[in-house]
Amino acid sequence: MKLQTSSRIAIYAVLELARDPTRQLPAAGIGEAYGVSIHHLAKVLNTLVRSGLVKSVRGAGGGYLFTGSVKRTTLLDIISLFEPVEVSEGTSRREAETQGGMALQAILDEIDDISRATLNSVTLATMLKLIDQGRFDRAPGEAGGRAGEKRG
Amino acid sequence: MGTGSGTGGEKPEIMAEEPAGYRIRAAAEADWRQLMHVDELVSGVLKPDYWRDLFANLSEKRLGERFIYLAERTGGKDGGATAIGFVIGEVRAWEFGSEPCGWVFAISVDPAAREGRVGEALLKRIQRAFKDSGVRIVRTMIARDNHLLMSFFRGEGMTAGPYIQLEKEME
Repeated sequence: MKLQTSSRIAIYAVLELARDPTRQLPAAGIGEAYGVSIHHLAKVLNTLVRSGLVKSVRGAGGGYLFTGSVKRTTLLDIISLFEPVEVSEGTSRREAETQGGMALQAILDEIDDISRATLNSVTLATMLKLIDQGRFDRAPGEAGGRAGEKRG
Repeated sequence: MGTGSGTGGEKPEIMAEEPAGYRIRAAAEADWRQLMHVDELVSGVLKPDYWRDLFANLSEKRLGERFIYLAERTGGKDGGATAIGFVIGEVRAWEFGSEPCGWVFAISVDPAAREGRVGEALLKRIQRAFKDSGVRIVRTMIARDNHLLMSFFRGEGMTAGPYIQLEKEME
């Protein structure tokens, strides 16, 4: 499954902020940590502010604060702000009306259901716990090992 | 009757990870009605036959491989304890081609007692029993739309395993 860049940036930003909800972080600090452009990050943060998950604090020493609940906010809550998580697209209307098209769609819907259920079950608290446990010691995209695999 | 490694007459074991005001102990035969009512609070369904059979079967065989633990609130006015949660599991071997592993069949906490780490303490207790039985993997199965329970297990470090459940309506 691939996520749009905005969704990924939003998850990273929210995790950085949720790690300490009393701490205000400037956008620049978040952007540097993940190599994200300030322009793109600002747009993402605006969406997060409108959703109520994040608060913008103006003035000297200002920045962004996490205002949601780490135990109740899921990855799906964040991703849904930026892209639809279900709805497999790409089939033409004619294709979709064929038995083959419908059979394929049923399989794609099955995959979507599992993806959605998974994203809806992982809270920010769980993500922060995973990160703090330092379980992931492979570079992104490197083959081998599954999420959650322990070191050694 | 003992369930798993515990017996009804044993002194409740106090564990370091237990939340204050509660204790976890192995369930005894006399506890079945209490646990049935906790289950009813959570599921909305009263299942006397299920609970009676569950405890009857546990007394018959495979002690040390099947486990029921209950969480109970202590320090009541009458000095008694009230069940507020339970966990049920069993070590199963070679089904679905799997090496022996511990299965958690059910875990429930009275909604009024949630947010107190009771479920976490119950899961830790049964995991310890599984490990003492010699297995290293714990598994469970969850309805895809049960977000609360799935979030709980995820929060406890469980991830998708190597098996996928399949089913169909038979013709």
